[in-house]
Amino acid sequence: MHEMGIVTHLAKTLDDMASENKVTKYGSVTLEVGEVSGIITDYFVDCWNYFKVKHPLLKDSELKLESIPAVTFCESCKQEYPTVKYGRICPHCGSEETYLVQGNECIIKEVEAETADEV
Amino acid sequence: MKVIELHKSVTASNDADAQALRAKMKQQGTLLINLMSSPGSGKTTLLSSTIQMLEGVKVAVLEADIESAVDAERIEALGALAVQVHTDGMCHMDAGMTEKGLEAMGDHPVDLAILENVGNLICPAEYDTGAGKNVMILSVTEGDDKPLKYPLMFEKSDVLIISKIDALPYFDFNLDECINRVKRLNPNIQIYPLSAKTKEGMQDWINWLQQEIKQWKER
Repeated sequence: MHEMGIVTHLAKTLDDMASENKVTKYGSVTLEVGEVSGIITDYFVDCWNYFKVKHPLLKDSELKLESIPAVTFCESCKQEYPTVKYGRICPHCGSEETYLVQGNECIIKEVEAETADEV
Repeated sequence: MKVIELHKSVTASNDADAQALRAKMKQQGTLLINLMSSPGSGKTTLLSSTIQMLEGVKVAVLEADIESAVDAERIEALGALAVQVHTDGMCHMDAGMTEKGLEAMGDHPVDLAILENVGNLICPAEYDTGAGKNVMILSVTEGDDKPLKYPLMFEKSDVLIISKIDALPYFDFNLDECINRVKRLNPNIQIYPLSAKTKEGMQDWINWLQQEIKQWKER
């Protein structure tokens, strides 16, 4: 149900944007999804396809997902490493003083939209 | 069709709702606390002890569990206001649902409103509910490795309550190691190890609450 919740929030954000920008219809919606965001992309697309048919603005839209790799930075040796492969402990020096630089985001990158001005 | 570049969070609409709700609660002088934890962490027992110890403070509790009439009855028996809120099948509370719950309380001004979020250490951490402060509970019975498994919730919380410390002798729970792990994720977090049953450590938590309730009305 996690993905469904995100879909409803995404739709609400797109609704708000539609009223601000006189959007009459969305073509594609491109999201950047971090590797460790906890989002399962197959479920997410299924939820979107289930949800969109009930919403006139989104009915003909296509959801595109772009993956952002997860990167962790080590405070001790000041090096970066791939999070998914090594986790929280730095593979360079063995330190636990690390933090995630990127990889847990879920961002709307861009949308294709038809606006009232075009018609 | 034209392309609009956004670079906006998926939850942008919720973030805006949450900001508006926070401002509204500020104006009312009601401190809203978002209380998050796993099921069975001792939330209701902690709330009961907390309400009893907060003399002279008007408290309301918003229950976000699916079937918790029993919990609501326990809370109401202590003289606090209890409201059931529905998450419409979602695994978390968002700002819109929280506002509806607060509205359902009607015209009863309170000093402290506690939102008992859905029992889950993952999803509730991802949505701003509009609360003034985020508080989470980790019970001794759940294990000291939870900060490693669910880092986001520990990062987002202002306060961590380590509950059921009366059970420490019976579990392999390393309190110091747990605190170290949490501080590494969130150096600014306040940590209160306590037992709502024996009342050990409760007074520090109550002092923090009283201080925050006062500050929320002033600033």
